[in-house]
Amino acid sequence: MKRWHMLTVVGRDQPGIVAALTETLYRGGANLGEASMVRLGGNFTIMLMVEADADAPGLRRLLEPVTRRLQLHAHIDAIEGRLHEHVEPNVRVVVHGADRPGIVAQVTAALAANGLNILDLESDVGGTADRPIYIMTIDGYTRDGIAALERALEPLRRTGVAVRLTPIDTMVG
Amino acid sequence: MAVLDILAYPDARLKQTSQPVTEFDADLRRFLADLEATMRAAPGGVGLAAPQVGRPQRVVIVDVSGRPDIPHNGRMVLINPEVREREGEAVGREGCLSVPDYTGNVARAARIRVRAMDESGARREYACEGYEARAVQHEIDHLDGLLFLDRLVSRRDLFRRKVYK
Repeated sequence: MKRWHMLTVVGRDQPGIVAALTETLYRGGANLGEASMVRLGGNFTIMLMVEADADAPGLRRLLEPVTRRLQLHAHIDAIEGRLHEHVEPNVRVVVHGADRPGIVAQVTAALAANGLNILDLESDVGGTADRPIYIMTIDGYTRDGIAALERALEPLRRTGVAVRLTPIDTMVG
Repeated sequence: MAVLDILAYPDARLKQTSQPVTEFDADLRRFLADLEATMRAAPGGVGLAAPQVGRPQRVVIVDVSGRPDIPHNGRMVLINPEVREREGEAVGREGCLSVPDYTGNVARAARIRVRAMDESGARREYACEGYEARAVQHEIDHLDGLLFLDRLVSRRDLFRRKVYK
């Protein structure tokens, strides 16, 4: 019986990680679902939906030669697949400013308190080592409208963090 | 009037180039009524192109007038449409009635002038901007066998474009 797993992989970035892992999964009869793979700092990170006959220990055994060779940490959780249930975002939040502790916590607390469901978040640290800047982009769904989010974020703006809210009006044709 | 079946990607008929309309007859008018009924029956649909319902002719309907607070030309029947001018660029999110459960970011001209014929064969010209310009470009793409999937840009692309605009 096929079942879904969430495979999480972390390791020092190097060329060929995705190719080696997905080749092994393909040869092992697994099917891939949605994924997020990105280099964070000098690390490569993978969150990958994998559908396979194997249970978690079986999948781990299948991947073991690759994870050992490339020195990757892998973690596997049983999950429900629930594909084809995308939630359409209706707002984008872009945040940037001098990097300091607490930006993410403060922004997301204000957003969560006003009913925003984060669907997609990515962030980077740019600038230089002595003057880092923080940049974050969030796509989310708000039931209560953008005005409430604007009000909630106003105090943060006064601390020098730039926050821009843009409605996402998806054109379907 | 009938609500027609909408073809779903990867149906090969969505990849073909549609042919110009030459006969502005009762059959065309019947088809236009069906195409419009199909567009209005689809949740959130603001445009539909003839090849999406399996008729490879250069016919699209766009009507974004139901969206709040945007400039629009109302209901537009665009037959043998041609984009005459393009200006600016905007990245926005698109979905497609022929591509269920997926949306993505696409760069389009921000403002266009489009020339077309209406249902009676009379020449019309429209200036479109923003959301409506996006809808018209998306529908005309269908006539050339292109889907928004062929024009996807990444989220990072979107961010950089916006910052430096």
